[in-house]
Amino acid sequence: MKRVPNRSLRATAAWQVQSGFGRSVRAACRTVAPGSIDELAEVFRLARSEGLSVAFRGAGRSYGDAAMNREGLVVDLRQLDGMLAWDPQAGIAEVRGGLTMEGLWRRTIQDGFWPAVVPGTMFPTLAGCASMNVHGKNNFAAGPFGEHVLELELLTAKGETLRCSPTENPEVFTAAIGGLGMLGAITRLKLQLKKVHSGRLRVTPVAAPNLEAMFDAFEARLPRADYLVGWLDSFPRGAGLGRGVIHQANYLHAGEDPDGAAWLNVERQGLPPSIFGFPKHQIWRVLRLFRSKPTWRLVNAAQYQKAAWGSKRPYLQSHVAFAFLLDYVPNWRLAYGREGFIQIQIFVPHAAARETFRDVLRIAHDHGEPSFLSVMKRHRPDGFLLTHALDGWSLAMDHRVTARNREEIWKLAHDVHQRVRAAGGKFYFAKDAALRPDDVLQSYGAQTLSRFSAIKRRLDPDGLFASDLVRRVLPQLALDRSPEAVAPDPSADVSRA
Amino acid sequence: MTATLSKVIVVGASSGIGEAVAKQLAGAGASVALLARRQSELDRVAGEIRAAGKGQVFVHAHDVTHFDEVPALFEKVVSELGGLDGIVYASGVMPPLEEGEYAFAKDRQMVEVNLLGAMAWLNPAAATFEAQHGGTIIGISSIAGERGRRGNPGYCTSKAAFSTYLESLRNRLARYGVNVTTVKPGFVDTAMTQGKPGLFWVISPEQAAETTLSVARRGAGAQAIVPWRWNLVMGVVRTLPSFVFRRLNF
Repeated sequence: MKRVPNRSLRATAAWQVQSGFGRSVRAACRTVAPGSIDELAEVFRLARSEGLSVAFRGAGRSYGDAAMNREGLVVDLRQLDGMLAWDPQAGIAEVRGGLTMEGLWRRTIQDGFWPAVVPGTMFPTLAGCASMNVHGKNNFAAGPFGEHVLELELLTAKGETLRCSPTENPEVFTAAIGGLGMLGAITRLKLQLKKVHSGRLRVTPVAAPNLEAMFDAFEARLPRADYLVGWLDSFPRGAGLGRGVIHQANYLHAGEDPDGAAWLNVERQGLPPSIFGFPKHQIWRVLRLFRSKPTWRLVNAAQYQKAAWGSKRPYLQSHVAFAFLLDYVPNWRLAYGREGFIQIQIFVPHAAARETFRDVLRIAHDHGEPSFLSVMKRHRPDGFLLTHALDGWSLAMDHRVTARNREEIWKLAHDVHQRVRAAGGKFYFAKDAALRPDDVLQSYGAQTLSRFSAIKRRLDPDGLFASDLVRRVLPQLALDRSPEAVAPDPSADVSRA
Repeated sequence: MTATLSKVIVVGASSGIGEAVAKQLAGAGASVALLARRQSELDRVAGEIRAAGKGQVFVHAHDVTHFDEVPALFEKVVSELGGLDGIVYASGVMPPLEEGEYAFAKDRQMVEVNLLGAMAWLNPAAATFEAQHGGTIIGISSIAGERGRRGNPGYCTSKAAFSTYLESLRNRLARYGVNVTTVKPGFVDTAMTQGKPGLFWVISPEQAAETTLSVARRGAGAQAIVPWRWNLVMGVVRTLPSFVFRRLNF
């Protein structure tokens, strides 16, 4: 661990190659890992005095450059973790920001509480979930992660602790959630969890032969589903364009599952140690053999046919197994090869979604780069300032990057972004590696961005907080913090041990 | 795969092999940043490069033992060059050591210049090259690091450690397409060897630089003893048993 050096950060912080989860963007960054809130405040003081910007990093699960800072300092917050308080009656948890989603559910499930919103992996930190305002397969019903945060504490650029909630500093609260870490470090959160009566969900698979059928099946199930997620086979064109499989999941009511209480045991919630007899930690090596487009086309086709011909009967599945599909195969991202992959996730208003998704799948084909893995979800709007959600649908597409196709993939992303802009859609910073400032300006709106800028200027007047993502897509938020541009802070003594 | 050397930092560029490497790189059209302690010598080398009218040259006076200055200077130089695809660490000292002399100050100076200065400069370069999946690191080590000779324990130690450090970097970075080359020259006609008795097979710094760049440009990541005929000697030196080696007077 790169603890905090006791003198100049610029001179002594360790170099660390940081990459997004997709591994397609990388940078050598100065990195420190404070072990306490006091150390974190000291990092802010030193960084301010040395003209270094600060970007926060949790578990590094953002796919692009959100937790990278090639011009400044990356502050790894994972050591600021732990559960501070747990009320098993009310289901309210008070946690440090560095605690992971895994750390949270492992502590609470035995008391019959499950995080109200979880992303597709259990490894992100909770501060990271709040900073990106992550969503789950239940966004249409439960909203984003931020809607279940009762209160949070920000350590601001000045080293002051600011408590925020929907009623206390509400303007900062709605900006800090989804605020990309640009207002301060989220050091403490109070979360409301969801009461569950069983450790399992009832899951129903539905195969759909094309995109229209996917939308139809999705919409038919929305009123009675707690979770809905659709996987798309992006390889077929023509009549089979957008075919896929939907999984609907529902909570089980009290008494509905005779073994429900037993499944609330942490040990029952584990993921299988092997898949088809292979140790799961080695599966990515097998997947790597299938990473060419022809073989992946076959894998997708087999996956679809298995669902189309297989049983349509509902089955019971643990919360962990349903929620954290991405964690079934550890290190699955390595299967994409040395240059990694990018994920393009688009959010399109309901009325335009069918046509836009169809066009986007075709754009990928026109570039010769159909997505290896595509997922669609239904969303609803929320009240957070930089929210990516809207009354509509999202489509996430993984594209393998190689040294040869890199330029083509970024062109593909640009073309997709143009199409989404034309449809009045939005984008998701946690996944992004390719957006441009004008994409963000149009989709989020000048007024919203200027409101966010005003709050940032108030809390962070020197522009201490910045990241490669912000410099790329929201350059108006990133001030020049080069040594020449920053006057020395007379209160800071960088030589002090 | 051939290594590209178009934007290169040369640390220790004011004399000897470093100067020759810098001139040959610039002669091939590279943009080169020259770093060394002596401003006047740097200006002389830069002037000669500019007079030749080939690659771009930048100059920074810097003492490699001022480790805290390195990160900021590294960033500044990379920014001037407009990126980085190569770094050469050629700084080295070998203060004379008398028979029966055990001088910590000299040992410390050798470790600081020959090893720690290299780590200070090559660490940020290694991180940069790993992130960009490409680049070339060249370290000028020495055949003196092959065995612990009685003549200069501190020098042998510093070069052995430097060679091992470079080997570790090579093994660490090969999977990212980064080329790390260790060059171990024999006797080279530089200020470091002037006046030393018993030298043979002495080559010019230009010859050493030419071989160094030739090995590095192959891009495979390797170590080379320069000139090649020293391999014959070192093959024998490496295999000599200790009870024989300790009787030799060098």
